[in-house]
Amino acid sequence: MTWDEMQPLLEQGTIDTLYMVGWSTFYAILGGLPIGVLLVLTDRGGPLANVIVNKVLGVVVNIGRSLPFIIMMVALIPFTRFVVGTAVGPTAAVVPLAIGAIPFFARLVETAVREVDHGLVEAAWAMGGGTWTVVLKVLLPQALPSLIAGLTTTVIAVIGYSAMAGAVGGGGLGTLALTYGYQRFEDTFMIVTVAVLIVIVTAVQLLGDLAVRLIRRRERAAG
Amino acid sequence: MITTTGLTKVYRSRGREVTALDGVGIHVEPGEVYGVIGRSGAGKSTLIRCINLLERPTSGTVTVDGQDLTALAGRGSRAARPLRLARGGIGMIFQHFNLLSSRTVQGNVELPLEILGLGRRERARKALDLLDLVGLADHARAYPSRLSGGQKQRVGIARALAGDPKVLLSDEATSALDPETTRSVLRLLRDLNRQLGLTVLLITHEMDVVKSVCDSAALMEKGRIVESGVVSDLLATPGSRLARELFPVGGGASGADRTVVDITFHGESADRPVISRLSRTHDVDVSILGAAMDTAGGRQVGRMRIELPGRPEENDAAIGFLREQGLTVELPGQGTPGPVAVERELTEEGA
Repeated sequence: MTWDEMQPLLEQGTIDTLYMVGWSTFYAILGGLPIGVLLVLTDRGGPLANVIVNKVLGVVVNIGRSLPFIIMMVALIPFTRFVVGTAVGPTAAVVPLAIGAIPFFARLVETAVREVDHGLVEAAWAMGGGTWTVVLKVLLPQALPSLIAGLTTTVIAVIGYSAMAGAVGGGGLGTLALTYGYQRFEDTFMIVTVAVLIVIVTAVQLLGDLAVRLIRRRERAAG
Repeated sequence: MITTTGLTKVYRSRGREVTALDGVGIHVEPGEVYGVIGRSGAGKSTLIRCINLLERPTSGTVTVDGQDLTALAGRGSRAARPLRLARGGIGMIFQHFNLLSSRTVQGNVELPLEILGLGRRERARKALDLLDLVGLADHARAYPSRLSGGQKQRVGIARALAGDPKVLLSDEATSALDPETTRSVLRLLRDLNRQLGLTVLLITHEMDVVKSVCDSAALMEKGRIVESGVVSDLLATPGSRLARELFPVGGGASGADRTVVDITFHGESADRPVISRLSRTHDVDVSILGAAMDTAGGRQVGRMRIELPGRPEENDAAIGFLREQGLTVELPGQGTPGPVAVERELTEEGA
Protein backbone atom coordinates (compact mmCIF):
# COMPACT_ATOMS: atom_id res chain seq x y z
CA MET A 1 0.00 0.00 0.00
CA THR A 2 1.24 3.45 -0.82
CA TRP A 3 0.91 6.43 1.48
CA ASP A 4 -1.62 7.97 -0.92
CA GLU A 5 -3.81 4.90 -0.47
CA MET A 6 -3.40 4.87 3.26
CA GLN A 7 -4.01 8.53 3.96
CA PRO A 8 -7.78 8.78 3.27
CA LEU A 9 -8.38 5.51 5.15
CA LEU A 10 -6.44 6.75 8.15
CA GLU A 11 -8.23 10.09 8.11
CA GLN A 12 -11.65 8.49 8.10
CA GLY A 13 -10.56 5.93 10.70
CA THR A 14 -9.27 8.62 13.03
CA ILE A 15 -12.43 10.67 12.63
CA ASP A 16 -14.57 7.60 13.36
CA THR A 17 -12.49 6.72 16.43
CA LEU A 18 -12.71 10.26 17.80
CA TYR A 19 -16.42 10.27 17.08
CA MET A 20 -16.97 7.03 19.01
CA VAL A 21 -14.70 8.06 21.88
CA GLY A 22 -16.20 11.54 22.06
CA TRP A 23 -19.79 10.42 22.31
CA SER A 24 -19.07 7.53 24.68
CA THR A 25 -17.15 9.87 26.94
CA PHE A 26 -20.07 12.28 26.88
CA TYR A 27 -22.41 9.50 28.01
CA ALA A 28 -19.85 8.24 30.51
CA ILE A 29 -19.92 11.64 32.21
CA LEU A 30 -23.68 11.95 31.90
CA GLY A 31 -24.24 8.56 33.53
CA GLY A 32 -21.09 7.96 35.55
CA LEU A 33 -20.98 11.26 37.40
CA PRO A 34 -24.42 11.00 39.05
CA ILE A 35 -23.99 7.28 39.73
CA GLY A 36 -20.58 7.83 41.33
CA VAL A 37 -21.91 10.69 43.48
CA LEU A 38 -24.97 8.64 44.46
CA LEU A 39 -22.74 5.74 45.50
CA VAL A 40 -21.13 8.06 48.04
CA LEU A 41 -24.29 9.85 49.16
CA THR A 42 -26.31 6.68 49.70
CA ASP A 43 -23.52 4.86 51.50
CA ARG A 44 -23.92 4.08 55.19
CA GLY A 45 -23.46 7.27 57.20
CA GLY A 46 -23.87 9.37 54.06
CA PRO A 47 -26.39 12.20 53.80
CA LEU A 48 -28.81 10.10 51.71
CA ALA A 49 -27.93 6.79 53.38
CA ASN A 50 -30.00 4.11 51.68
CA VAL A 51 -28.72 0.57 51.84
CA ILE A 52 -30.96 -0.79 49.06
CA VAL A 53 -30.17 1.91 46.50
CA ASN A 54 -26.50 1.71 47.39
CA LYS A 55 -26.30 -2.07 47.06
CA VAL A 56 -28.27 -2.15 43.79
CA LEU A 57 -26.10 0.56 42.26
CA GLY A 58 -22.97 -1.17 43.50
CA VAL A 59 -23.96 -4.50 41.99
CA VAL A 60 -24.93 -2.94 38.64
CA VAL A 61 -21.64 -1.07 38.48
CA ASN A 62 -19.68 -4.20 39.38
CA ILE A 63 -21.38 -6.25 36.68
CA GLY A 64 -20.62 -3.55 34.14
CA ARG A 65 -17.02 -3.41 35.29
CA SER A 66 -16.36 -7.14 35.41
CA LEU A 67 -17.78 -8.11 32.02
CA PRO A 68 -15.02 -8.33 29.38
CA PHE A 69 -15.77 -5.60 26.87
CA ILE A 70 -15.72 -7.84 23.82
CA ILE A 71 -18.36 -10.08 25.39
CA MET A 72 -20.48 -7.16 26.49
CA MET A 73 -20.35 -5.75 23.00
CA VAL A 74 -21.60 -8.95 21.43
CA ALA A 75 -24.21 -9.46 24.14
CA LEU A 76 -25.50 -5.94 23.57
CA ILE A 77 -25.96 -6.34 19.79
CA PRO A 78 -29.77 -6.79 20.00
CA PHE A 79 -30.03 -3.77 22.29
CA THR A 80 -27.78 -1.72 20.00
CA ARG A 81 -29.88 -2.68 17.00
CA PHE A 82 -32.99 -1.61 18.92
CA VAL A 83 -31.51 1.78 19.83
CA VAL A 84 -29.59 2.73 16.67
CA GLY A 85 -31.28 0.52 14.09
CA THR A 86 -28.04 -1.22 13.15
CA ALA A 87 -25.25 -3.03 14.95
CA VAL A 88 -22.53 -1.97 12.50
CA GLY A 89 -20.66 1.31 12.21
CA PRO A 90 -19.32 3.95 14.60
CA THR A 91 -22.73 5.15 15.82
CA ALA A 92 -23.70 1.60 16.75
CA ALA A 93 -20.39 1.16 18.57
CA VAL A 94 -21.17 4.15 20.78
CA VAL A 95 -23.90 2.14 22.55
CA PRO A 96 -21.71 -0.64 24.05
CA LEU A 97 -18.83 1.80 24.52
CA ALA A 98 -21.00 4.15 26.57
CA ILE A 99 -22.49 1.29 28.58
CA GLY A 100 -19.01 -0.01 29.29
CA ALA A 101 -17.61 3.42 30.16
CA ILE A 102 -20.39 4.54 32.53
CA PRO A 103 -19.62 2.07 35.37
CA PHE A 104 -15.90 2.49 34.76
CA PHE A 105 -16.11 6.25 35.26
CA ALA A 106 -18.69 5.90 38.06
CA ARG A 107 -16.20 3.99 40.24
CA LEU A 108 -13.52 6.60 39.64
CA VAL A 109 -16.00 9.38 40.48
CA GLU A 110 -16.92 7.53 43.67
CA THR A 111 -13.28 7.28 44.75
CA ALA A 112 -12.63 10.93 43.93
CA VAL A 113 -15.70 12.21 45.77
CA ARG A 114 -15.09 9.97 48.78
CA GLU A 115 -11.71 11.62 49.27
CA VAL A 116 -13.26 15.02 49.96
CA ASP A 117 -12.81 15.91 53.63
CA HIS A 118 -16.05 15.30 55.52
CA GLY A 119 -15.39 18.43 57.55
CA LEU A 120 -16.11 20.50 54.44
CA VAL A 121 -19.47 18.80 54.05
CA GLU A 122 -20.30 19.54 57.67
CA ALA A 123 -19.23 23.15 57.21
CA ALA A 124 -21.69 23.44 54.32
CA TRP A 125 -24.46 21.92 56.44
CA ALA A 126 -23.65 24.26 59.29
CA MET A 127 -24.15 27.18 56.87
CA GLY A 128 -27.62 25.90 56.10
CA GLY A 129 -26.73 24.11 52.86
CA GLY A 130 -28.65 21.09 51.63
CA THR A 131 -27.64 18.09 49.53
CA TRP A 132 -27.51 20.06 46.29
CA THR A 133 -25.24 22.66 47.85
CA VAL A 134 -23.01 19.93 49.19
CA VAL A 135 -22.75 18.17 45.82
CA LEU A 136 -22.47 21.20 43.53
CA LYS A 137 -20.47 23.58 45.69
CA VAL A 138 -18.38 21.28 47.82
CA LEU A 139 -17.98 17.70 46.60
CA LEU A 140 -17.59 18.23 42.85
CA PRO A 141 -15.40 21.38 42.94
CA GLN A 142 -13.19 19.88 45.64
CA ALA A 143 -12.85 16.60 43.74
CA LEU A 144 -12.31 18.29 40.37
CA PRO A 145 -8.62 17.43 39.91
CA SER A 146 -9.27 13.75 40.75
CA LEU A 147 -12.36 13.76 38.54
CA ILE A 148 -10.35 15.02 35.58
CA ALA A 149 -7.65 12.44 36.24
CA GLY A 150 -10.38 9.78 36.34
CA LEU A 151 -11.89 11.09 33.13
CA THR A 152 -8.50 10.89 31.42
CA THR A 153 -8.20 7.24 32.45
CA THR A 154 -11.73 6.62 31.21
CA VAL A 155 -11.12 8.23 27.81
CA ILE A 156 -8.00 6.14 27.33
CA ALA A 157 -9.85 2.97 28.29
CA VAL A 158 -12.60 3.91 25.82
CA ILE A 159 -10.02 4.39 23.05
CA GLY A 160 -8.85 0.86 23.77
CA TYR A 161 -12.42 -0.45 23.75
CA SER A 162 -13.16 1.42 20.52
CA ALA A 163 -10.34 -0.43 18.78
CA MET A 164 -11.91 -3.65 20.02
CA ALA A 165 -15.21 -2.51 18.54
CA GLY A 166 -13.49 -2.92 15.20
CA ALA A 167 -13.78 -6.68 15.67
CA VAL A 168 -17.54 -6.52 15.26
CA GLY A 169 -17.56 -3.88 12.57
CA GLY A 170 -17.50 -0.81 14.75
CA GLY A 171 -15.40 1.21 12.35
CA GLY A 172 -12.55 3.47 13.24
CA LEU A 173 -8.85 2.68 13.55
CA GLY A 174 -9.56 -0.74 15.06
CA THR A 175 -11.45 -1.91 11.97
CA LEU A 176 -8.69 -0.58 9.72
CA ALA A 177 -5.96 -2.35 11.63
CA LEU A 178 -7.94 -5.59 11.46
CA THR A 179 -9.13 -5.52 7.88
CA TYR A 180 -6.03 -4.07 6.23
CA GLY A 181 -3.22 -4.69 8.65
CA TYR A 182 -4.15 -8.15 9.86
CA GLN A 183 -6.28 -9.79 7.20
CA ARG A 184 -4.35 -8.35 4.21
CA PHE A 185 -0.94 -8.60 5.82
CA GLU A 186 -0.24 -4.89 5.34
CA ASP A 187 2.37 -4.61 8.08
CA THR A 188 3.21 -0.99 7.36
CA PHE A 189 -0.42 -0.03 7.60
CA MET A 190 -0.75 -1.89 10.87
CA ILE A 191 2.25 -0.06 12.29
CA VAL A 192 0.95 3.33 11.13
CA THR A 193 -2.46 2.62 12.67
CA VAL A 194 -0.91 1.66 15.98
CA ALA A 195 1.23 4.80 15.84
CA VAL A 196 -1.85 6.97 15.35
CA LEU A 197 -3.53 5.29 18.36
CA ILE A 198 -0.44 5.90 20.46
CA VAL A 199 -0.43 9.57 19.45
CA ILE A 200 -4.10 9.94 20.39
CA VAL A 201 -3.67 8.22 23.76
CA THR A 202 -0.58 10.26 24.57
CA ALA A 203 -2.32 13.49 23.63
CA VAL A 204 -5.29 12.66 25.87
CA GLN A 205 -3.02 11.78 28.78
CA LEU A 206 -0.97 14.95 28.37
CA LEU A 207 -4.08 17.11 28.16
CA GLY A 208 -5.59 15.48 31.24
CA ASP A 209 -2.38 15.85 33.24
CA LEU A 210 -2.06 19.45 32.15
CA ALA A 211 -5.61 20.27 33.26
CA VAL A 212 -5.05 18.64 36.66
CA ARG A 213 -1.77 20.48 37.09
CA LEU A 214 -3.31 23.83 36.18
CA ILE A 215 -6.09 23.44 38.73
CA ARG A 216 -3.74 22.27 41.46
CA ARG A 217 -1.34 25.10 40.75
CA ARG A 218 -4.12 27.67 40.80
CA GLU A 219 -5.23 26.39 44.21
CA ARG A 220 -1.72 26.87 45.48
CA ALA A 221 -1.28 30.27 43.92
CA ALA A 222 -1.16 33.59 45.68
CA GLY A 223 -3.92 36.00 44.74
CA MET B 1 -29.73 32.85 73.77
CA ILE B 2 -28.84 29.16 73.80
CA THR B 3 -30.54 26.78 76.17
CA THR B 4 -30.31 23.03 76.24
CA THR B 5 -32.36 20.86 78.53
CA GLY B 6 -31.71 17.23 79.31
CA LEU B 7 -29.61 16.85 76.18
CA THR B 8 -28.69 13.21 75.75
CA LYS B 9 -26.89 11.53 72.89
CA VAL B 10 -26.39 7.81 72.74
CA TYR B 11 -24.39 6.23 69.92
CA ARG B 12 -25.17 2.67 69.03
CA SER B 13 -22.69 0.63 67.08
CA ARG B 14 -22.62 -3.13 66.78
CA GLY B 15 -24.90 -3.63 69.74
CA ARG B 16 -22.80 -1.45 72.05
CA GLU B 17 -24.12 1.79 73.44
CA VAL B 18 -21.96 4.78 74.15
CA THR B 19 -23.47 7.71 75.99
CA ALA B 20 -21.73 10.83 74.72
CA LEU B 21 -24.08 13.30 76.36
CA ASP B 22 -25.90 12.53 79.55
CA GLY B 23 -28.60 15.06 80.38
CA VAL B 24 -26.69 18.24 79.56
CA GLY B 25 -28.35 21.52 80.44
CA ILE B 26 -26.53 24.73 79.63
CA HIS B 27 -27.80 28.26 79.45
CA VAL B 28 -25.93 30.89 77.46
CA GLU B 29 -27.00 34.49 78.01
CA PRO B 30 -27.27 36.83 75.01
CA GLY B 31 -24.00 38.60 74.30
CA GLU B 32 -21.78 36.46 76.49
CA VAL B 33 -18.85 34.23 75.67
CA TYR B 34 -19.52 30.81 77.16
CA GLY B 35 -16.80 28.21 77.32
CA VAL B 36 -17.25 24.49 77.76
CA ILE B 37 -14.03 22.88 78.86
CA GLY B 38 -13.21 19.25 79.23
CA ARG B 39 -10.90 16.51 78.09
CA SER B 40 -11.17 14.81 74.74
CA GLY B 41 -13.95 12.29 74.92
CA ALA B 42 -15.85 14.29 77.52
CA GLY B 43 -18.59 14.98 74.99
CA LYS B 44 -17.87 18.65 74.23
CA SER B 45 -17.74 18.11 70.51
CA THR B 46 -20.99 16.18 70.50
CA LEU B 47 -22.56 18.94 72.57
CA ILE B 48 -21.64 21.75 70.18
CA ARG B 49 -22.68 19.68 67.17
CA CYS B 50 -26.03 19.08 68.79
CA ILE B 51 -26.60 22.83 69.13
CA ASN B 52 -26.98 23.30 65.36
CA LEU B 53 -28.21 19.74 64.99
CA LEU B 54 -25.31 18.45 62.92
CA GLU B 55 -25.98 15.64 65.36
CA ARG B 56 -29.52 14.92 66.39
CA PRO B 57 -29.71 14.41 70.14
CA THR B 58 -31.31 11.17 71.33
CA SER B 59 -33.45 13.20 73.70
CA GLY B 60 -33.65 16.68 75.16
CA THR B 61 -34.17 20.06 73.53
CA VAL B 62 -32.03 22.80 72.06
CA THR B 63 -33.38 26.32 71.93
CA VAL B 64 -31.47 29.02 70.09
CA ASP B 65 -32.78 32.59 70.07
CA GLY B 66 -36.18 31.40 71.24
CA GLN B 67 -36.55 28.75 68.55
CA ASP B 68 -36.74 25.08 69.50
CA LEU B 69 -34.40 23.55 66.91
CA THR B 70 -35.02 19.99 68.03
CA ALA B 71 -38.61 20.40 66.89
CA LEU B 72 -37.44 21.04 63.32
CA ALA B 73 -37.13 17.97 61.16
CA GLY B 74 -34.04 16.47 59.63
CA ARG B 75 -30.46 15.63 60.36
CA GLY B 76 -27.24 16.48 58.57
CA SER B 77 -27.83 17.38 54.97
CA ARG B 78 -31.31 15.95 55.06
CA ALA B 79 -32.32 18.87 57.21
CA ALA B 80 -35.63 20.27 56.18
CA ARG B 81 -35.83 23.88 55.07
CA PRO B 82 -36.75 25.45 58.44
CA LEU B 83 -33.73 23.84 60.09
CA ARG B 84 -31.46 24.93 57.23
CA LEU B 85 -32.73 28.48 57.65
CA ALA B 86 -32.13 28.33 61.39
CA ARG B 87 -28.60 27.09 60.79
CA GLY B 88 -27.99 30.08 58.56
CA GLY B 89 -28.42 32.20 61.68
CA ILE B 90 -25.82 30.23 63.63
CA GLY B 91 -22.21 30.65 62.60
CA MET B 92 -19.71 27.90 63.20
CA ILE B 93 -15.93 27.71 63.14
CA PHE B 94 -13.87 24.55 63.25
CA GLN B 95 -10.56 23.26 64.57
CA HIS B 96 -9.30 22.48 61.08
CA PHE B 97 -10.94 25.53 59.52
CA ASN B 98 -12.79 23.51 56.85
CA LEU B 99 -12.14 25.99 54.04
CA LEU B 100 -12.66 24.90 50.45
CA SER B 101 -9.29 24.67 48.71
CA SER B 102 -11.11 25.02 45.38
CA ARG B 103 -12.25 28.55 46.17
CA THR B 104 -10.44 31.78 46.89
CA VAL B 105 -10.66 33.36 50.31
CA GLN B 106 -13.42 35.60 49.02
CA GLY B 107 -15.15 32.62 47.41
CA ASN B 108 -15.14 30.81 50.72
CA VAL B 109 -16.77 33.73 52.49
CA GLU B 110 -19.31 33.99 49.67
CA LEU B 111 -20.43 30.36 50.00
CA PRO B 112 -22.94 30.92 52.82
CA LEU B 113 -24.17 33.99 50.95
CA GLU B 114 -24.78 31.84 47.86
CA ILE B 115 -26.77 29.47 50.04
CA LEU B 116 -28.78 32.45 51.27
CA GLY B 117 -29.43 33.34 47.64
CA LEU B 118 -27.77 36.75 47.50
CA GLY B 119 -26.87 38.29 44.14
CA ARG B 120 -23.34 38.30 42.80
CA ARG B 121 -22.54 41.92 43.50
CA GLU B 122 -24.04 41.91 46.97
CA ARG B 123 -22.09 38.77 47.84
CA ALA B 124 -18.80 40.31 46.77
CA ARG B 125 -19.50 43.51 48.71
CA LYS B 126 -20.45 41.66 51.87
CA ALA B 127 -17.56 39.21 51.63
CA LEU B 128 -15.06 42.04 51.29
CA ASP B 129 -16.60 43.86 54.25
CA LEU B 130 -16.28 40.73 56.36
CA LEU B 131 -12.70 40.13 55.29
CA ASP B 132 -11.96 43.72 56.21
CA LEU B 133 -13.49 43.07 59.63
CA VAL B 134 -11.13 40.15 60.28
CA GLY B 135 -8.16 42.00 58.80
CA LEU B 136 -7.71 40.00 55.61
CA ALA B 137 -9.10 42.32 52.95
CA ASP B 138 -5.85 42.19 50.97
CA HIS B 139 -5.97 38.38 50.76
CA ALA B 140 -9.41 38.17 49.15
CA ARG B 141 -8.14 36.67 45.90
CA ALA B 142 -5.66 34.26 47.44
CA TYR B 143 -6.39 30.57 47.85
CA PRO B 144 -6.54 29.20 51.42
CA SER B 145 -3.42 27.05 50.89
CA ARG B 146 -1.36 30.24 50.88
CA LEU B 147 -2.57 31.35 54.30
CA SER B 148 -1.19 30.64 57.75
CA GLY B 149 -3.29 28.79 60.30
CA GLY B 150 -4.32 31.99 62.04
CA GLN B 151 -5.31 33.60 58.74
CA LYS B 152 -7.31 30.52 57.78
CA GLN B 153 -9.23 30.70 61.01
CA ARG B 154 -9.92 34.39 60.38
CA VAL B 155 -11.39 33.42 57.02
CA GLY B 156 -13.40 30.78 58.86
CA ILE B 157 -14.69 33.47 61.21
CA ALA B 158 -15.54 35.83 58.33
CA ARG B 159 -17.43 32.98 56.66
CA ALA B 160 -19.26 32.14 59.87
CA LEU B 161 -20.39 35.75 60.18
CA ALA B 162 -21.71 35.97 56.63
CA GLY B 163 -25.28 35.15 57.56
CA ASP B 164 -25.33 37.87 60.26
CA PRO B 165 -25.66 35.26 62.98
CA LYS B 166 -26.55 36.10 66.56
CA VAL B 167 -24.71 33.03 67.72
CA LEU B 168 -21.26 31.74 66.90
CA LEU B 169 -20.25 28.18 67.73
CA SER B 170 -16.55 27.52 68.03
CA ASP B 171 -15.43 23.90 67.89
CA GLU B 172 -11.86 23.90 69.29
CA ALA B 173 -11.14 26.79 66.94
CA THR B 174 -7.73 27.56 68.38
CA SER B 175 -6.55 24.04 69.12
CA ALA B 176 -4.53 23.75 65.91
CA LEU B 177 -2.87 27.14 66.41
CA ASP B 178 0.28 28.21 68.23
CA PRO B 179 -0.10 30.21 71.47
CA GLU B 180 0.46 33.62 69.92
CA THR B 181 -1.95 33.01 67.05
CA THR B 182 -4.42 31.60 69.54
CA ARG B 183 -4.29 34.86 71.46
CA SER B 184 -4.89 36.98 68.38
CA VAL B 185 -7.80 34.82 67.23
CA LEU B 186 -9.31 34.93 70.73
CA ARG B 187 -8.89 38.69 70.78
CA LEU B 188 -10.77 38.86 67.48
CA LEU B 189 -13.59 36.71 68.90
CA ARG B 190 -13.75 38.94 71.96
CA ASP B 191 -13.87 42.09 69.79
CA LEU B 192 -16.63 40.64 67.62
CA ASN B 193 -18.52 39.63 70.73
CA ARG B 194 -18.37 43.22 71.97
CA GLN B 195 -18.84 45.06 68.67
CA LEU B 196 -21.61 42.93 67.24
CA GLY B 197 -23.16 41.69 70.47
CA LEU B 198 -22.42 38.21 69.18
CA THR B 199 -23.13 35.35 71.57
CA VAL B 200 -20.27 32.86 71.47
CA LEU B 201 -20.37 29.25 72.61
CA LEU B 202 -16.95 27.71 72.45
CA ILE B 203 -15.58 24.36 73.41
CA THR B 204 -11.95 23.86 74.24
CA HIS B 205 -9.56 21.78 76.24
CA GLU B 206 -7.34 24.78 76.95
CA MET B 207 -7.86 26.56 80.26
CA ASP B 208 -6.15 29.65 78.86
CA VAL B 209 -8.94 30.06 76.34
CA VAL B 210 -11.53 30.13 79.10
CA LYS B 211 -9.38 32.46 81.17
CA SER B 212 -8.83 34.98 78.41
CA VAL B 213 -12.23 35.29 76.74
CA CYS B 214 -15.02 33.56 78.61
CA ASP B 215 -17.63 35.31 80.71
CA SER B 216 -19.09 31.99 81.79
CA ALA B 217 -17.73 28.50 81.77
CA ALA B 218 -18.81 24.93 82.23
CA LEU B 219 -16.68 21.94 83.08
CA MET B 220 -17.64 18.80 81.26
CA GLU B 221 -16.80 15.24 82.23
CA LYS B 222 -18.09 11.96 80.87
CA GLY B 223 -20.97 13.61 79.05
CA ARG B 224 -22.10 15.66 82.03
CA ILE B 225 -21.68 19.25 83.07
CA VAL B 226 -20.11 18.96 86.51
CA GLU B 227 -19.81 22.66 87.21
CA SER B 228 -20.89 25.84 85.49
CA GLY B 229 -21.35 29.51 86.13
CA VAL B 230 -20.05 33.01 85.61
CA VAL B 231 -16.26 32.85 85.76
CA SER B 232 -15.86 35.62 88.34
CA ASP B 233 -18.50 34.00 90.56
CA LEU B 234 -16.86 30.61 90.28
CA LEU B 235 -13.60 32.10 91.50
CA ALA B 236 -15.36 33.25 94.64
CA THR B 237 -16.90 29.83 95.20
CA PRO B 238 -15.03 27.70 97.71
CA GLY B 239 -14.27 24.25 96.35
CA SER B 240 -14.83 25.24 92.74
CA ARG B 241 -12.90 22.89 90.49
CA LEU B 242 -13.00 25.30 87.59
CA ALA B 243 -11.49 28.03 89.75
CA ARG B 244 -8.72 25.68 90.82
CA GLU B 245 -8.05 24.62 87.29
CA LEU B 246 -8.11 28.17 85.97
CA PHE B 247 -5.59 29.28 88.57
CA PRO B 248 -3.55 26.33 89.67
CA VAL B 249 -1.12 27.16 92.44
CA GLY B 250 1.48 24.54 93.18
CA GLY B 251 3.48 23.54 96.19
CA GLY B 252 2.92 21.10 99.03
CA ALA B 253 3.46 21.58 102.77
CA SER B 254 7.15 21.74 103.68
CA GLY B 255 6.63 19.48 106.71
CA ALA B 256 4.18 18.18 109.27
CA ASP B 257 2.61 20.69 111.63
CA ARG B 258 2.14 23.15 108.85
CA THR B 259 -1.03 24.65 107.47
CA VAL B 260 -1.44 25.15 103.75
CA VAL B 261 -4.01 27.76 102.79
CA ASP B 262 -5.29 28.67 99.33
CA ILE B 263 -6.51 32.22 98.99
CA THR B 264 -8.41 33.68 96.08
CA PHE B 265 -8.38 37.45 95.65
CA HIS B 266 -11.01 39.08 93.53
CA GLY B 267 -12.61 42.47 93.24
CA GLU B 268 -11.37 45.01 95.77
CA SER B 269 -9.54 42.54 97.95
CA ALA B 270 -7.02 42.10 95.15
CA ASP B 271 -5.71 45.61 95.86
CA ARG B 272 -5.17 45.26 99.61
CA PRO B 273 -1.88 44.21 101.24
CA VAL B 274 -3.51 41.28 103.00
CA ILE B 275 -0.49 39.08 103.56
CA SER B 276 1.66 41.68 105.22
CA ARG B 277 -1.24 42.67 107.46
CA LEU B 278 -1.77 39.04 108.41
CA SER B 279 1.87 38.73 109.28
CA ARG B 280 1.84 41.90 111.40
CA THR B 281 -1.44 41.51 113.25
CA HIS B 282 -1.09 37.80 114.00
CA ASP B 283 2.65 37.68 114.27
CA VAL B 284 3.03 34.66 111.99
CA ASP B 285 5.65 33.87 109.36
CA VAL B 286 3.92 33.42 106.07
CA SER B 287 5.68 31.52 103.29
CA ILE B 288 4.29 31.72 99.79
CA LEU B 289 4.23 28.35 98.03
CA GLY B 290 2.73 29.49 94.76
CA ALA B 291 0.76 32.33 93.30
CA ALA B 292 -0.93 33.44 90.08
CA MET B 293 -2.41 36.77 89.08
CA ASP B 294 -4.49 37.17 85.95
CA THR B 295 -7.58 38.64 84.47
CA ALA B 296 -10.55 36.40 84.00
CA GLY B 297 -13.87 37.55 82.63
CA GLY B 298 -12.34 41.02 82.45
CA ARG B 299 -11.59 41.17 86.18
CA GLN B 300 -8.35 41.04 88.08
CA VAL B 301 -8.08 37.77 89.96
CA GLY B 302 -5.33 36.25 91.99
CA ARG B 303 -4.76 32.96 93.72
CA MET B 304 -2.10 32.25 96.23
CA ARG B 305 -1.05 29.26 98.25
CA ILE B 306 0.60 30.12 101.53
CA GLU B 307 1.94 28.12 104.39
CA LEU B 308 1.60 28.97 108.07
CA PRO B 309 3.50 27.37 110.92
CA GLY B 310 1.46 25.04 113.13
CA ARG B 311 -1.48 22.71 112.50
CA PRO B 312 -4.75 24.04 111.05
CA GLU B 313 -6.53 24.18 114.37
CA GLU B 314 -3.77 26.40 115.75
CA ASN B 315 -4.27 28.86 112.91
CA ASP B 316 -7.99 29.48 113.33
CA ALA B 317 -7.43 33.12 114.16
CA ALA B 318 -5.23 33.75 111.12
CA ILE B 319 -7.66 31.98 108.78
CA GLY B 320 -10.54 33.88 110.31
CA PHE B 321 -8.67 37.12 109.62
CA LEU B 322 -8.23 36.20 105.96
CA ARG B 323 -11.94 35.41 105.62
CA GLU B 324 -12.81 38.77 107.17
CA GLN B 325 -10.83 40.47 104.42
CA GLY B 326 -13.36 39.20 101.90
CA LEU B 327 -11.10 36.52 100.47
CA THR B 328 -12.07 33.03 99.47
CA VAL B 329 -10.07 30.76 101.74
CA GLU B 330 -9.66 27.04 101.29
CA LEU B 331 -7.59 24.45 103.04
CA PRO B 332 -6.40 22.02 100.37
CA GLY B 333 -5.63 18.44 101.19
CA GLN B 334 -8.85 18.24 103.16
CA GLY B 335 -11.02 16.05 101.02
CA THR B 336 -10.54 17.83 97.68
CA PRO B 337 -7.88 16.83 95.18
CA GLY B 338 -4.92 19.18 95.01
CA PRO B 339 -4.72 21.61 92.12
CA VAL B 340 -1.41 20.20 90.96
CA ALA B 341 -2.96 16.87 90.12
CA VAL B 342 -5.90 18.49 88.39
CA GLU B 343 -3.68 20.66 86.27
CA ARG B 344 -1.70 17.70 85.08
CA GLU B 345 -4.88 15.91 84.09
CA LEU B 346 -5.90 18.79 81.91
CA THR B 347 -2.61 19.38 80.20
CA GLU B 348 -2.04 15.72 79.48
CA GLU B 349 -4.69 15.42 76.85
CA GLY B 350 -2.90 17.64 74.32
CA ALA B 351 -4.85 17.35 71.10
